[in-house]
Order: sequence, then structure tokens, then C-alpha cells
Amino acid sequence: MQNAAKSMDIEMTNPLAYKALVAEESRKNKAFKYLAVAMALVVLLILGAIVLSLLTGAVPVAKEFGIGFLFSKEWDPVQHIYGALPAIYGTLVTSAIALLLALPISLGIAVFLTELCPIKLRGPIGTAIELLAGIPSIIYGMWGLFILAPFLSEHVQPAMTEWFGDLWLIGPLFQGPPIGIGIMPASIVLAIMIIPFISSVMRDVFTVVPATLKESAYGLGATTSEVVWDIVLPYTRVGVVGAVMLGLGRALGETMAVTFMIGNANEINLSLFESGNSIASLLANEFAEAANPLHISSLITLGLILFVITFIVLAAARVMIAKAEKKEGVR
Amino acid sequence: MKFLKATVLAVAGSMSAVVFAADITGAGATFPYPIYAKWADAYKTKTGVGLNYQAIGSGGGIKQITAKTVDFGASDMPLTLEEQNKAGLTQFPAIVGGVVPVTNLEGIVGGQLRLSGEVLADIYLGKIKNWSDKAIVALNPGVKVPDQNIVVVRRSDGSGTSFIFTNYLSKVSEEWKTKVGAGTAVNWPEGVGGKGNEGVASYVQRIKGAIGYVEFAYAKKAKMDYIAMKNKDGQFVQPDDATFQAAAAYADWSKAPGFYEILTNEPGKTSWPITSASFILMQKVQDKPENALAVLKFYDWALKNGGASARELDYVPLPTALIKQIQDSWTANIKDAAGKPIWK
Repeated sequence: MQNAAKSMDIEMTNPLAYKALVAEESRKNKAFKYLAVAMALVVLLILGAIVLSLLTGAVPVAKEFGIGFLFSKEWDPVQHIYGALPAIYGTLVTSAIALLLALPISLGIAVFLTELCPIKLRGPIGTAIELLAGIPSIIYGMWGLFILAPFLSEHVQPAMTEWFGDLWLIGPLFQGPPIGIGIMPASIVLAIMIIPFISSVMRDVFTVVPATLKESAYGLGATTSEVVWDIVLPYTRVGVVGAVMLGLGRALGETMAVTFMIGNANEINLSLFESGNSIASLLANEFAEAANPLHISSLITLGLILFVITFIVLAAARVMIAKAEKKEGVR
Repeated sequence: MKFLKATVLAVAGSMSAVVFAADITGAGATFPYPIYAKWADAYKTKTGVGLNYQAIGSGGGIKQITAKTVDFGASDMPLTLEEQNKAGLTQFPAIVGGVVPVTNLEGIVGGQLRLSGEVLADIYLGKIKNWSDKAIVALNPGVKVPDQNIVVVRRSDGSGTSFIFTNYLSKVSEEWKTKVGAGTAVNWPEGVGGKGNEGVASYVQRIKGAIGYVEFAYAKKAKMDYIAMKNKDGQFVQPDDATFQAAAAYADWSKAPGFYEILTNEPGKTSWPITSASFILMQKVQDKPENALAVLKFYDWALKNGGASARELDYVPLPTALIKQIQDSWTANIKDAAGKPIWK
């Protein structure tokens, strides 16, 4: 304001000085713009540097094993034979199960908080969820190992084997040693870890649904569940997909909690009770002690694979959102 | 006034001593970390020279010393003389310790169960799956071995402790040697992996019928039930510092080039079979001779005076005859840029 008044003043009295002032202001403006652009480019630069170093690190593996690295099941640091399949399998399966478990619960939490919860309780429950999101993953791992694993092994897993173990097709998933450590226990801990992320993003997007939309629906005689399914969810589709992808991204890269719970065996087993391994936990376990160049390169390549998987997940989410938006536009 | 001045001078003096005495930096094995920390503490009180030791694992230790980011590296897995020469390194042993198999079996207390190396290897190969297997029963007359599935527990992270254990299994079982081999991380045919000694210990304590292996001091601290092992002479021995000492004494270090000697499966009636030394690695040509000398002085002091504190932590100090050999190797192998030995 002051500057504007001053410039007007100068414009009247001294046109030359005014020109200089304008030039200086535009210089400043340009400098600010370049600075901002530079800051934005830093992100791309860092990303590029990470990809580049991962790619160069992967060269020895590409030379030694080629594309077969992705499909080989063997991981033998003594004979230097490395294959990524068990780790990729474990990463995808634990993340998928975790998402399967976390999605309905998160949706329930978000709907409850935005549509059903008494106003007084919203604050405390919302804060509790955010607190859950802030707990370090090592705590989840410890809790999983010392509290959840014994409970699973004594009460849940034997019961599951009894109920589902003989069923056609899905039976083998639930047979196996009930020791509380393995693919399923790791997935459960992962699910608990990603619930607060998914539910709090969902809650935030649900609250932006215009009240008039919901009120109109209620006015037409819609029930709460109808409002949620037919108004809130379609309106917030993009945000919900974003929330799910955020959760999935976290689950894919989670390290410590999975390391404690998954059993760390480089095997592919049909049974969800058996031990497995994930890319992140394999890296956490072996990076410190790896000395052989091929071993190190294999671990870096695994990092690259995790990077690519996460990228594919995010890209798929973008494509899904874009398609949904397009469809809406056509309609 | 005079008193104040004196105090200020004294404080300034002691502070400058702390500031100017360069700390030694080291990194590597976690297995000897407790004793190195204890020695460093005592040494600092005595000389003012501190030790900054990062327990990042044996492989990390080898990497760091090769990259010259630390004054010394530490590893439970010794390098062969050829490997040392290739990397421009020299090594010497610093401390001896033991790895013990531990179990969680109802009604069986520590030291009661007896196993041989072959049977232990078969368990870890997944060939023996039940505690009531006749191979185990045959080794344990009079002990009521339960009819229970064996859950094999091992380290998930790369570890010097795993190296010692798998090295032992390779020596006692031909099948283990060809199928799996020895290393800080191997392709385990069986079992669940726990992270660190704590991970293995907590799995074994929780899972009924489990067997695992941890460093002896850890087993003692966690009050775990360990196993008596049959040694090379066919005797059953309990793990303690006397049986580790016996194994260390049987090693013939003078015939081991570059101190490449792994103390597993040593002969002797009372030798614990899964014993091992932990090693220190240093650059042969020193860019900073004064740092190297500080390291050597520290280990000279520790090898000669650190025996009592080592025993307190269930490690075994090196035999006296060996210390002389080690110091001769310092003189022969660790030189400054001009080729003059640093240790005299």
C-alpha cells in the first residue's frame, strides 16, 4: 500500500525516478521468480540424482543376472547368487493384505467422524487418530513382536487353521506353523500403521463436501448410508483414491515394523502364516554387513525395484483419477 | 585470588588436555562392542584419549577401514592374508568369545540338553524336524525330550555371530558346507529370522520348541537355556569362559598367516566348539601415523591390562604368548608413508 502510494507520488513528480523504481521492482520480481523455480527444480534434481545413483548401482546386477534377477527365487550371499522374487512377492502381498484390512476400517472411521459422531467426541477421536499416525514404526514393530505375535500364535492362528484350513482353494493360505510371525502378522501390523493415514485424509476430504449437497439429499428423504454412498463418496472420489494410495505407499516402503514381524526368510510360501521377506526389510537387514560388490549391487537394485513399484502405484492412481474426472466431464 | 587463578589454570589445563587428545575412531563388529566400550572407558580415565567406536557390523567395519574413514575396523569374520594384501590391510585378533545354541523346551533347563555338531547342522538344514528325533534322543539318555516340532531361529541381519555359527556348521557337516556354506548372511534353508541378538532371543523365548543361537554374554544376560555341545574330542562341554579359553589356547596362531584363524571346532577335551576371536583391521600404510600409534597404544594397553574386565563380560582375553606375536606383526606391517614402522 505504502509503496503504491509512494510510486504514484513519484510518478507525478519525477518520471525518471519512477522508471528506475519500476525497473528495480521488476528485477526483484524476476529474481523472486527464478528463486522459486530453482527451489522447485531442486526436487527434480534430487529425484534425478537418486534414480541415477540407483541405476548405476544396479549395473553389476544387470550384467551378471540380467532381467532374470526379477524372477529368480534364490538369495545366497555365500555363493553370490541373487534373486529378487521372494522380496517383491512379500512386499506386494503384505501391502495388499494390509490395504484390504485397513480400507474398510479407515472408511468406517472417516464416515463415523464426519457424519455420525457427536460433535463433542470428534475432537478427542480425531486427535487420537493423529497420535496413532505419529507413533514411530519401531514402536509398532516392538508392540507387534512382544504383544501381538503371542496373541496371534496362541489364539488367532490356531482358530483360523481350524476354520479355514480345510476349505477348498483358500485352505492352504491358513495352514502353517502358528508362531505369530510371518506374512499375515506383518500385514496386520502394517494395516494398523496405515489406518490413521488413510482415515485422516478421508476425514479431511469428507468434510469439504458442501453441506447444501448433503442437506438436499436428506431433504429428498435419503438415509445417512445413502448420503455417504451416493453423495459423499462420488464427490470425494479423487481424495479417497489419494488417501488409499498414500496408505499403500507407506505400506510398500515400511521397514522396521515389517522386519520384526515378517520372519525374514527369502521364500515364497502359499501359507500366510509362513515367513517371508519384503524389499525394505531385506535392505534393512543386509545393507550394513554387505561387503561384496555384487551383494551391494543386488541390494541397490532392490531399492530401484521398490522405487519403480511405488512409482507405478502412484502413476496408476493418477491415471485412475484422470479417467474418473474425464468420465464426469463427458456426463 | 591466587587460589582462583590456580583453579582457573587447572581447569583450563585439564580442558585443553581433553580437547587436544585426539580421539580414536573405529567401526565394525557388534559382538565385541561391550568390551571395547568398557576398555575405552577405563583408558580414557587413565590417558584422556577417548575411543569413538561405532558398532555397525563386521561388513561395515571392513568397508569403513577400506575407505579410510576410521582409524581401525573391527570384524568377527577374519580376512585371509590374500584379502588383506589386496585391500592394503593388516589384521590382528583382539578378544575371544563364544556363541551358544539356546532353546525353549518345557521341562528342560539350561545345560541339560546335549547336541553334537552333526545333529545341530541337520536341525538347521531342516532334516531333523522334531525334538523326539532318534538322533537327539540317542545323545540324551535319561533326559525326557518332548515330542514337539522344532522351530529354527536364526539371524535375519548380516552378522559376525552368524558367520561364526555357520563356519562351525561347515566344519562339522559336509552337507552344510556344500549346500549353505559360511558367511555373515547365508541362504538359510530353514527357519525364521530375528534381527540382532535381541531378535533371536525374543523369538526363542516366545516360541515353544524353538532353537536359536546367540552370543554367550547375551544368553547369560537374558537367562536363556543353552545347550551342551559335543566337541571335536567327543566330550560334552558347557559354554563358559573356561571352555572358551581352552579353545583359544589350542589355536596355533603362529601357523596362521595374517592371523587368519577361526577358533571353531578346535581340538582339546574341554574346548567349546563354537568359539571365535574378533579381529581389528588397520591400513598397512598410514596417512596419519599419530592416529595409528594411538590405536596401537590403546590395544597394547587393552591386551595387557583388559583381561579382568573382559572376563567380567564373559569374554576371554588373548593368551600372553599371542600378544607378543601381535606386536611383532604391528612392527612388520603398519608403516608410515616413508616406510618406517609406527610401532617400536
